[in-house]
Amino acid sequence: MSAAPEQSGAEVLLQALKEQGVEVIFGYPGGAVLPIYDAIFKQNAIRHVLVRHEQGAVHAAEGYARSTGRVGVVLVTSGPGATNAVTGLVDALMDSIPVVCLTGQVPTHLIGNDAFQEADTTGITRPATKHNYLVKRPQDLARVVHEAFLVARTGRPGPVVIDLPKDIMIGKAPYAPPPADGHPSYRPRTEPDPAAIARAAAILKAAKRPIVYTGGGVINSGDEAASLLTRFVRLTGFPCTSTLMGLGAFPAADPRFLGMLGMHGTYEANLAMHGADAMLALGARFDDRVTGRLNAFSPGSRKIHADIDPSSINKNVPVEVPIVGDAARVLAALIAAWEADSTPQDREALAAWWREIDAWRAKECLAFAQDPAKGAVIKPQHAIRRLYELTQGLGREVFITTEVGQHQMWAAQHFRFEAPRHWMTSGGLGTMGYGLPAAIGVQIAHPEGLVIDIAGEASILMNIQEMATAAQYRLPVKIFILNNQYMGMVRQWQELLHGGRYAESYMESLPDFVKLAESFHGTGLRAESVDQLDDVIRAMLAAEGPVIADIAVDPKENCFPMIPSGAAHNDMILSAATEGRAAGITDPGLVLV
Amino acid sequence: MAGNENLRTATISVLVENEPGILARVVGLFSGRGYNIDSLTVAPVDETGRQSRINIVTSGTEMVIEQIKAQLDRLVPVYRLADLGREGPHIAREMALIKVVGTGEARAEALRIAEAFRARVIDATTENFIFELTGATDKLDAFLALMRPLGLAEVSRTGVAAIARGTSTI
Repeated sequence: MSAAPEQSGAEVLLQALKEQGVEVIFGYPGGAVLPIYDAIFKQNAIRHVLVRHEQGAVHAAEGYARSTGRVGVVLVTSGPGATNAVTGLVDALMDSIPVVCLTGQVPTHLIGNDAFQEADTTGITRPATKHNYLVKRPQDLARVVHEAFLVARTGRPGPVVIDLPKDIMIGKAPYAPPPADGHPSYRPRTEPDPAAIARAAAILKAAKRPIVYTGGGVINSGDEAASLLTRFVRLTGFPCTSTLMGLGAFPAADPRFLGMLGMHGTYEANLAMHGADAMLALGARFDDRVTGRLNAFSPGSRKIHADIDPSSINKNVPVEVPIVGDAARVLAALIAAWEADSTPQDREALAAWWREIDAWRAKECLAFAQDPAKGAVIKPQHAIRRLYELTQGLGREVFITTEVGQHQMWAAQHFRFEAPRHWMTSGGLGTMGYGLPAAIGVQIAHPEGLVIDIAGEASILMNIQEMATAAQYRLPVKIFILNNQYMGMVRQWQELLHGGRYAESYMESLPDFVKLAESFHGTGLRAESVDQLDDVIRAMLAAEGPVIADIAVDPKENCFPMIPSGAAHNDMILSAATEGRAAGITDPGLVLV
Repeated sequence: MAGNENLRTATISVLVENEPGILARVVGLFSGRGYNIDSLTVAPVDETGRQSRINIVTSGTEMVIEQIKAQLDRLVPVYRLADLGREGPHIAREMALIKVVGTGEARAEALRIAEAFRARVIDATTENFIFELTGATDKLDAFLALMRPLGLAEVSRTGVAAIARGTSTI
């Protein structure tokens, strides 16, 4: 029997976090976590960043995780601390972001007694996490923390909650290092089946109208997967499209990149998807935003789907070749199989396919008309184009986060990403209020980076309190608000689908964002017309602390192209000129969100 | 209803780490994703009590059953699972305790049928029997259908326990 443990549970917790390489925790204190905060106070290895709302803590940890590839760590108190974190947890679950969330809990003897600030945190977060734990015995503590990090970062990454009763944190607990032999039941498969790779390679070699469709799984796999993807696409000469989550895995500047696909994807990406005869899906999950009407989705293609999560395969769309594995391992195996196979590629068919794609490209589906005259109203697309152009060539690494809505789609369409981990957006859950706390997490991880939250005036108000966090840590986060005085995407759907009855989508009583920024010790800027835009962007980039740039944009502008809900990819609405077609949307389509 | 034509019933056995909340995790998965549970049994099955076996009878299209298996398999405490009907012949049994209340000819008829089904009488008064019956689900269903007009008053069923035939294990 070893000697009695010397450390408190809270100290063991911190030792385990240190051993896991944790450098920063995003959190908010409260009664149940006071022993942990006391232990944090007594050490210097782990930095704590105080957020102003627990949802912000999780989004900040997500931003930290997505921009670094490391696990983001959250610490919140029991009861409301934990319930406030739930939205962030589901966001991380939907977008496969590795987060470990430590929640305080009432002491073990009070659990189930409706104690002050008690909530059934493991019960509430069970469907909100990849896995969760309640530590009821001191001897389990270190093992659970190490296991939580393993589960969060491996396989398909995701959020993990560890619920920590206060008495376990105060009492003595033994420390144990991570087990050397891994986990007894949790064993994600990373190495693809060689037979499946061979079948996939044969289908792709024979393809006449191929397409590569990549998602967030390529980014989660790591930088190697992104460079192997680039190598594979250049080797094969295939066109490549990406989901919202996958932007940056393949360089946007490469002519083989067709832009994003799906509901607000490009015409060329969606028509190429519709007309393809072979599809390679990598780390994407055939989300309804991507597929449109399922029975009309890429109807003529032989489908290969590689994903680290077997439950993502054949979930929405049946595929011919399922491949379970890590994106980098799959791509390395596919490249090897492609190069080993001496069968020549049908280069003529591929050239003809590219001519078709180029004709779709010539439609310039993202075009917009910006009146250049002094005093003219700013088009939101123009604002993002100028933001993109003015942030290039500064010698600074640019990270973009977004909120949710029209501005998010315009950012995805008009900002260009050449490398992974520079684009942070709430994809699956669509969480308004994600962008500012996420930007804070990114800026903490990249103090020298240029971090911009492209926002809407409605979304930004959902976590505006995080301005205080940015101010406290002097984080030069740039908040670029496309202010159209509407919940723009809601208004757009009401215009197209609900007879222009703008129920509750008008933002009455908006704050003065300039004064609001100033009240949080930041800089406030405003552009009212197109001639003021560049100066405001430059001033925003030069500002030292947190800055809000309030850009007044055309309130009536809609986000196109658009696949109406329930429609097929080749039924895209290209512009306002054709939008009348949306009025003919079917009842089944109207039900969809 | 559209898409009903290819429904199948599946008996899925899942070997899990016997940790708190595992049953809630499995049941929550089914309710959260809209899958059916026709029957569910769970009990520890190893000498240390660390592993439990959950037997789930469910139904759905082939795509849904495959999805259920993939979703179960990715739960952290799940060691292995087997789709028993798919992976070879298997045996499935459940047990029921059946209370039949009545007198006279109905009571006598209930006892005769029970004998034919090899149900055991485990408790009796002059006005009731409690039968214990073990067998496949359809055998239990058939017995209960016969008891209904004879004074069937209450049923307690265990749900299905299932195992593969031969030497193969989960």
